[in-house]
Amino acid sequence: MRYIPHTEEDVRQMLAAIGIESLERLFEEIPAELRLQRPLALPRPLSEPELLREFARLAAKNATAENHVSFLGGGAYNHFIPAVVDQLIGRSEFYTAYTPYQPEISQGTLQAIFEYQTLICQLTGMEVANASMYDGASACAEAVLMAVRATRRRQVLLSRGVHPEYRQTVETYCRYLNVELVELPCDATGRTDLEALARELDGGTAAVVAGYPNFFGIIEDLAALAKAAQTAGARMVAVVQEPMALGLLKSPGELGADIVVGEGQSFGIPLSYGGPYLGFFAARLKDVRSMPGRLVGQTVDLEGRRGFVLTLATREQHIRREKATSNICSNQGLCALMATVYLSLLGKKGMREVARLNLSKAAYAREKIGDLKGFSLPFAGPVFNEFVVEAPEEAVALLARLARQGILGGIALERWFEEMPKRFLVCVTEQNTREEIDVLAAALGGRKA
Amino acid sequence: MRVGAQGLILNEKLLFEHSDPGRTGYSLPACDVPEAELPADLVRAEIAGFPELSEVDVVRHFTRLSTWNYGVDSGFYPLGSCTMKYNPKVNEAAARMAGFAAVHPATPEDLAQGALALMHGLQEALAEISGFPAVTLQPAAGAHGELTGMLMIRAWHEAQGNPRRKVLIPDTAHGTNPATAALCGYDVAPVASDGILRADRVRELMNDEVAALMITNPNTLGLFEPEVREICDIVHAQGGLVYCDGANLNALLGIARPGDMGIDVMHFNLHKTFSTPHGGGGPGSGPVGVSAELAPCLPTPVVVRAGEGYRLDHDRPQSIGRVKAFAGHFGIMIRAWAYIRSLGAEGLRQASEMAVLNANYVRARLEGTYHLPHRRRSLHEVVFSDRDLGGDCHTLDVAKRLIDHGYHPPTIYFPLVVKGAMMIEPTETESKEVIDEFCDAMLAIAREATENPALLHEAPHCTRIRRLDETAAARAPKLRWEE
Amino acid sequence: MEFPEEMRYTEEHEWTLVAGDIVTIGVTDFAQEALGDVVFVELPQVGTMVEAGKPFGVVESVKAVSDVYAPVSGEVVEINEDLPDAPETINTSPYEDGWMIKIKVDDPTVLDALMDADEYEEFVESEE
Repeated sequence: MRYIPHTEEDVRQMLAAIGIESLERLFEEIPAELRLQRPLALPRPLSEPELLREFARLAAKNATAENHVSFLGGGAYNHFIPAVVDQLIGRSEFYTAYTPYQPEISQGTLQAIFEYQTLICQLTGMEVANASMYDGASACAEAVLMAVRATRRRQVLLSRGVHPEYRQTVETYCRYLNVELVELPCDATGRTDLEALARELDGGTAAVVAGYPNFFGIIEDLAALAKAAQTAGARMVAVVQEPMALGLLKSPGELGADIVVGEGQSFGIPLSYGGPYLGFFAARLKDVRSMPGRLVGQTVDLEGRRGFVLTLATREQHIRREKATSNICSNQGLCALMATVYLSLLGKKGMREVARLNLSKAAYAREKIGDLKGFSLPFAGPVFNEFVVEAPEEAVALLARLARQGILGGIALERWFEEMPKRFLVCVTEQNTREEIDVLAAALGGRKA
Repeated sequence: MRVGAQGLILNEKLLFEHSDPGRTGYSLPACDVPEAELPADLVRAEIAGFPELSEVDVVRHFTRLSTWNYGVDSGFYPLGSCTMKYNPKVNEAAARMAGFAAVHPATPEDLAQGALALMHGLQEALAEISGFPAVTLQPAAGAHGELTGMLMIRAWHEAQGNPRRKVLIPDTAHGTNPATAALCGYDVAPVASDGILRADRVRELMNDEVAALMITNPNTLGLFEPEVREICDIVHAQGGLVYCDGANLNALLGIARPGDMGIDVMHFNLHKTFSTPHGGGGPGSGPVGVSAELAPCLPTPVVVRAGEGYRLDHDRPQSIGRVKAFAGHFGIMIRAWAYIRSLGAEGLRQASEMAVLNANYVRARLEGTYHLPHRRRSLHEVVFSDRDLGGDCHTLDVAKRLIDHGYHPPTIYFPLVVKGAMMIEPTETESKEVIDEFCDAMLAIAREATENPALLHEAPHCTRIRRLDETAAARAPKLRWEE
Repeated sequence: MEFPEEMRYTEEHEWTLVAGDIVTIGVTDFAQEALGDVVFVELPQVGTMVEAGKPFGVVESVKAVSDVYAPVSGEVVEINEDLPDAPETINTSPYEDGWMIKIKVDDPTVLDALMDADEYEEFVESEE
């Protein structure tokens, strides 16, 4: 097998050096009754060409944004990934390296993470960012736990506009930890209901959590939410599931957020049926010692040269063990690097331009669909690149019909919002052409474009 | 020929220090619809400090950064407990196929049958390899899998009417284990071991306040836990469950199965045992295998058969819910499945045999020179200490000097039960030639320690950056670039 | 290594110095050496009630974290305000400038039960 280099002669010599006659002796301390008495029942091994053929066969059975017209969003986004990204992260010095615990031979990884931390701070308007978390959902859960630790309070107000799978993840993380989760409804504009917030907020509230934009695609009034939270001494957690919006929108930091988390998949990371993605996590410096996740800091070596190291490690599991800020060990290192490369290429101007393309195309689609007979736009709030549509029939059936025409028209909301059987979420990005949007509108309207 | 050499390497600034106002590195199409505007009070100023670079700047920047790194493709990476085996390139090609990489997670199931088939195949294979009937692929990493497993244990106890208060954790455990127990609301009760976890010790500590025992097998000393079966029986007899940290599974493929040992839950590390790349810190993937008893508690959704095809089962009333959005690290699953399909049963068994052979060969070559604190047969990794080093040299010095010799250091100062621990895990993808060169270097360093200790104390000498001031980094943390 | 005569010591490597009903507490020379370069210190607020045998603060180095335990119960009446900004003082002057808190105790004689300098020196030697 080409990954296992030992020849029979190698094995013979090594056994001799060890002083045993057979490989079987290597396992002699495993009790006989625990030994597997048969070969594993697995499919026969495939040669490299056979493997590729088999995987291509499986791959051909999936609808993609390339063989279908896709308007799917909802926490994972079809954005253009420049060719440079894969070329650079495909360098094996990056992807076959381990966590940078030995900084002298990991400066590539460490400097790139330092740059990533900086970019996230700049985008979110916050003071410190960690080296990544698994995804937006788990980052959201970790933010809630951090707010609980930092305030020493136990109630968390979670807007219904936060991504439903993020909320489910928060519930799982908090279930056995004496945290009380309270859901805040959204109003007719699709934003978190400020009156409901005012009613629930009190001296026991650790955090207020809302999306920006939220799951319905609506841009929340983050300043108002933050002000209310802070007046009550609670932390404002902003959840940015589509950070492309930050190319145009005011940063959560400047609007008063205390912790900003989100999903970085939009930044050069392939859709890949749901993962691996990139949780980002940013906060204020005063809270840095309660932050989960790895942190890279700048320092000097013994000859005064600038270098980078993992730092403040005493927060983490390998030192603090049961008192750690989190149990996280492996993170999303290579995905953070993809994002760093992507953001470097887009830069100041590119972020603005790609955000504007998303905004404009979504606005165009929204208007066309809103004008269709029997269709309406139930939420009046401002949107970035996603919006909710109300159809004249059940959304699941409508979207299935579109799928048969090669169009992935959106995500039906009924699975998470029982009271919304006719509503679905449409996402439009810079990858959707005007023609595609026209095709979508025509298909929804029951005609061919 | 010493593997570590000195040579010309290039310096490189931070991205932000390269910025030139107006430079761009992107290409986007013109807007083909009317331009929309947001109300001005929602719109930000340009992102202060964001880089402005050309494509060439970006490519040179990251290319140079990559040359400062050491990866498995560069050379031997004997990090104990990390299983730094070779990352096959065909796996990378498979993961990049458009029919996988461009699939949105909300794709209707009937249009994602290839992805679901792959996931199901991997679930079944992991079940067969480990001896657990049910598997979830959702967790994003080993620690995430641990959390998932321990949450299931707690859920199971809650369903019995009493969550209990404590979790027993051996003193050799990885730090994630107690951190995970705390996240599930449990107190940690440490269990002392003499290198091996003894059934008698567990019997003393096991009672009806203990929800679970967390075990690692083989343990972090690279030793098989011979009393595991009896230990599981003791825990079960008092109504507890046993969690196994599966980080060291590379020693057991085709040899023994944790599910056959009485263990109830175990996480896998696809980025260790199953060859998926470490990526400079991630992404990994931490599937979890469970007994039939715990299967209803698995996170939602689970991939199940549906006639001739597959679907995602969301109807799971006893599930612990979700531990993340979407179905897991599919891109990593592709690579792990490609690995399993490439090796088959025979190849996986050979992988474990050669991994264990390699570790024992390292042990044979080094044990006359480096102190070996535990004398039982090593499996896939071996732990030495710095007790017998001359020149007032310690493990850290050996590690740093190994860099000059062209190697990534082994795991150091873990497990905590060995003072000055050096944990070496060669993996099966290293040849005898590479291991001999490594051992020669380790022996040379031991001589250097006695003859010229300064060489070790001030190592590394050959790297672009030498030892870094970690104290300064922690005292006055500078965690981002600022203008 | 230093073991000032006038102090009393705990098994967790704290030192205590009594003046009337006020007890000053810090960590010993042995502790600071074992920790390495101290990078961070967490102290309680003035007015906090501390409990004998329970941690009142934290000392962190790059590679380790140690809880600091109250040897006796009482009220925190003063903390070393200079210490959080200069944690390295614990390394350079563990018994003087590196003092951590002062607590008011009802009965300072309970501290007589702690180890004196000779006993602590023996204890340290047996640990090593």
